[in-house]
Amino acid sequence: MPLLTVDGLRTRYVTRGRALNAVDGVSLDVDRGETVGLVGESGCGKSTLGKTIIRLLDPVEGSIRIGGKEIADLGQYALLPFRRRMQMVFQDPFGSLNPRQTVGRLLTTPLKVHGRGNRAERRRRALDIVSRVGLPAAALDRYPHEFSGGQRQRIGIARALMLEPELIICDEPVSALDLSIQAQILNLLVDLKRDLGLSYLFISHDLSVVRYFADRVLVMYLGRIVESAGHTALWREPRHPYTRALLAAAPLPDPERKRSPVALRGELSSAAAGGCRFRTRCPNAFSRCETEEPVLRTVASGHLAACHLA
Amino acid sequence: MTVPLLEVRDLAVGFPGQVVVHGVSFHIDPGETLALVGESGCGKSITAFALMRLLPPTARVLRGSVLFDGTDLVTASPRVMRGILGKRISLIQQEPMTSLNPVLPVGAQIGEVIRRHEPVSRAAARRRAEELLDLVGIPEPRRRAAEFPHNFSGGMRQRVMIAMAVACQPRLIIADEPTTALDVTIQAQVLDLLDDLREQFDMAVLLITHDLGVVAQWADRATVMYAGRIVEQAPVRPFFRHPRHPYTRGLLGAAVNEAGEAEGGHYTTRRLNEIVGSVASAVGEPGCPFAPRCPDKIPACRAAPPSLEPMPDGSAVACIIAARPEVAHAAADG
Repeated sequence: MPLLTVDGLRTRYVTRGRALNAVDGVSLDVDRGETVGLVGESGCGKSTLGKTIIRLLDPVEGSIRIGGKEIADLGQYALLPFRRRMQMVFQDPFGSLNPRQTVGRLLTTPLKVHGRGNRAERRRRALDIVSRVGLPAAALDRYPHEFSGGQRQRIGIARALMLEPELIICDEPVSALDLSIQAQILNLLVDLKRDLGLSYLFISHDLSVVRYFADRVLVMYLGRIVESAGHTALWREPRHPYTRALLAAAPLPDPERKRSPVALRGELSSAAAGGCRFRTRCPNAFSRCETEEPVLRTVASGHLAACHLA
Repeated sequence: MTVPLLEVRDLAVGFPGQVVVHGVSFHIDPGETLALVGESGCGKSITAFALMRLLPPTARVLRGSVLFDGTDLVTASPRVMRGILGKRISLIQQEPMTSLNPVLPVGAQIGEVIRRHEPVSRAAARRRAEELLDLVGIPEPRRRAAEFPHNFSGGMRQRVMIAMAVACQPRLIIADEPTTALDVTIQAQVLDLLDDLREQFDMAVLLITHDLGVVAQWADRATVMYAGRIVEQAPVRPFFRHPRHPYTRGLLGAAVNEAGEAEGGHYTTRRLNEIVGSVASAVGEPGCPFAPRCPDKIPACRAAPPSLEPMPDGSAVACIIAARPEVAHAAADG
């Protein structure tokens, strides 16, 4: 049984009476010990999906099961035991840490909320975790503003680890960091996964980071998963034209290998009614794409794509 | 030997009590794209803004000169600068939403630039603005010229910025992280457009970026800054094939897809190269600013900041170890 199973999930935002399904019927699994990458451009709904799974947002439809238990319709109190099993690391290491709390307090609060240990035990646990994420013990008595961006991201990761979760949802954890710091954080996440047996849902707009970090990759476009494949299959044989365009557009740090010109037209816009959501930008769109929305179907072993031509 | 379009000599910039750019020298040839690369806080944007005399009020140019077509921009009068900026040197900023006027139609904003520098009628300026919008690939330019910045998407706003920047056919465009706020598919469209226009109008581009992929795909030469100094400068091919400075080597090794890797690395087979510590570790040190993080440092590195030494293959490096003749030649042969 997968650790996390999401089925037919929909999340809706309503602004001025207009409804928009930012997540529009998403199904996915994360197995124990697996890293699933979720890649897409801004506005595709990937962060909304992450926040819905961890129930920071409420879905309007669909199911979220963690270890087989349904949590999509649980109230805040009933959710507590499941919150412990899933934690989140956010993009912005500046905005996601309370500036008025010491790192020690930031880290021990989750334990307090969940009624774990006494004061001394909580402190010991915090000490253990800060050293695991590569920060000095003295960090516990300092405030977030005393740390650099990379160190703050380590604090965010330490906080997510405090309750010994099984799954961590990482929402763009390295996007705000410089390249040299990005490598430090990715290596840390790899080590933690190995040492603690974690699973990750790793959300990023950056294909090269997902390529490096994920075992399996989901490509999202306008609220839907358009392709799902193991990492080697996705890079070698992308089946969806959007995935191919993303791969072609990513600039390689190698002047000897020039990019192929991007065939993609236009920009991400709202979904046109009926038909394939990608058709207005697709170089291969034909009549069927206007009337029939392609479903995510198996195109090769372990490889799914939502395209009539895949 | 071509005469450089822009020549920066020993430019130093400081804020009260702090020097942030420590005497940088570089040049830009007509028609070329020079990438200025570095991580946040390295001084790359401050250097570019100093060229245009657009520094924040508390910052000062401490010494040095910036020769552009025979004029020293550091000492030029405000009147002369007004004649140069927007006409012969123009700027494209990272965030097109904050650099466009939100209450003026985009056509009028482009027309304003034209009328500021050329004696043309309002109607003629408007027609030129529409032609420019067409040139940068905005559909229905006539109708779109009357719309406001908020009616445009991020990529389209950046196209408007480019239209405005090329309006007077400048010799040099300074592009400060022009695509950092954009999605990857849009980034490629915008940089391809800028590159096409560069060729068409024979402009030079100073491309400020932190993205090594952008450097490899769109620049002719790269200049790497670290802690307010240039540490390496090279044409892109040697730059990516055999980087010389330990910082540049570290950066390329820290990238998730290393140059030359067919499939790109994966965490199961390759550990990313880390550069230990952070830029802050060099504050107050007398020697090489990179020494505290450098894997190859020797005691002599702590003596004085190394100067940028020219190398046999046309690149230059500021590292006493990489600049040794035997090391330099071995690198050039390898």
